[in-house]
Amino acid sequence: MNKMRVAYYPGCTLETTAKEFDITSRSVCAQLGIELVEIPDWNCCGASSAHETNDYLAIALPARNLVVAEQELGLNVVIPCAACFNRLKAAEKALLSRTYTEFDYEGKIKVYDLLSFLAQPEYVKRLKKKVVTPLKELKAVAYYGCLLCRPPEVTDHPQPENPMEMETVLKAIGVECLPWSYKTDCCGASLVVARPDIVHQLVKRLYDRALEVGAECIVTACPLCHANLDMRQKEINEKYHKHYYLPIFYFTELMALAMGIEGTETWAKGHFVDPRPLLEERKYL
Amino acid sequence: MSVASDFLKEVNRRSGEAVQLCFQCFKCSLGCPVTFAMDFLPHQLMRLVQLGRKEEVLDSHTIWVCASCETCTTRCPNEIDIAKVIDTLRQMALEEEKTAEGDVAAFHKAFLDSVSHFGRLCELELMFWYKLRTKRFLDDLWLAPELLKRKKLSFKPSRVERIGEIKQIFKKAAL
Repeated sequence: MNKMRVAYYPGCTLETTAKEFDITSRSVCAQLGIELVEIPDWNCCGASSAHETNDYLAIALPARNLVVAEQELGLNVVIPCAACFNRLKAAEKALLSRTYTEFDYEGKIKVYDLLSFLAQPEYVKRLKKKVVTPLKELKAVAYYGCLLCRPPEVTDHPQPENPMEMETVLKAIGVECLPWSYKTDCCGASLVVARPDIVHQLVKRLYDRALEVGAECIVTACPLCHANLDMRQKEINEKYHKHYYLPIFYFTELMALAMGIEGTETWAKGHFVDPRPLLEERKYL
Repeated sequence: MSVASDFLKEVNRRSGEAVQLCFQCFKCSLGCPVTFAMDFLPHQLMRLVQLGRKEEVLDSHTIWVCASCETCTTRCPNEIDIAKVIDTLRQMALEEEKTAEGDVAAFHKAFLDSVSHFGRLCELELMFWYKLRTKRFLDDLWLAPELLKRKKLSFKPSRVERIGEIKQIFKKAAL
């Protein structure tokens, strides 16, 4: 198996609220023969707060990481977080157009989101060989959210209105992916702090549409989507007098589970909606 | 003689977009997920910019409740990066100290302040300053013990070692 080395940009949330995404991204990549080399001394990408309020920060903060990755590692960059991915891609485009000459960036490296990277045929082939517990009978909807795909001028995504990478990966581990029309609808992201009412309404709609097609869980590729769908489920149940029970997974968690990688308890315990009753019922644990 | 207003020209210059191209097809407003919380719909906002109605635009809630989901930008048949235009409008509103949604602006400020101190986001610091500025002390209080239990809140911020490089970026951004 050819060993592939790539630069890894975890981003801030993967050290705190999205720890599970970090742990399982690392373990899954190790099993697939991908060596993740953390970008030395990486900094925050600025997320939506930078681009919504300051054009220079919006580019300069993520740009510093690309320069370090190119100069100190010379490796292609892989990013699990959809929001960080979007900002680093925006910086890549700005640097290549030579509008920010203070950054010495030649563009010799490529920027990938982890999902698209792992959905490449060679890794899907490897993944299929590594599956020890196929997640048969697990009915899921793939939820991409906004920033992996949009806008395509930034993300270079070929199918921004109907991405299929997550389905490719989930099908390889046996999950039944149900078609639905809300895979790239917004969860409200950082509005959750100042305007939780907006997020509650958006997320409730996602729950309803997922349940309507028969899903028993939602699979994400973004820490902001995960936080809004997982952490706020209790609040939404209370507010709308509902009894939603919809575990929210990172796609890497389900990959780790299917590949028999130890540590399921560790990431499962980090969730606010405990996924273990569902996983036990399906006899995956 | 040009009929374009100074406001339209300024928005175009700062965003790099051409807002006059909007021909009111409604595609942005039909795809927008947060129209229920807006005072002007996205296509109406574009029209107001074309007409030079600066006050209404910069005082609007729309520019702050936009979630930056980029659906409008992706679908605009005239290739106007509407989300980018809204970024510009927020920045212009901040410069004029107009914030119809002060708490949203306070969140962004607290977020960037934290990044300027450590180079990475410290969630505790962000929430501390956000709550102090907005006086929303009780919001999300239940989350703190739950996050601690899951070891998702850290009292020791993760930091960038070469913090001077970050300070320089913030200096250049004039924040």
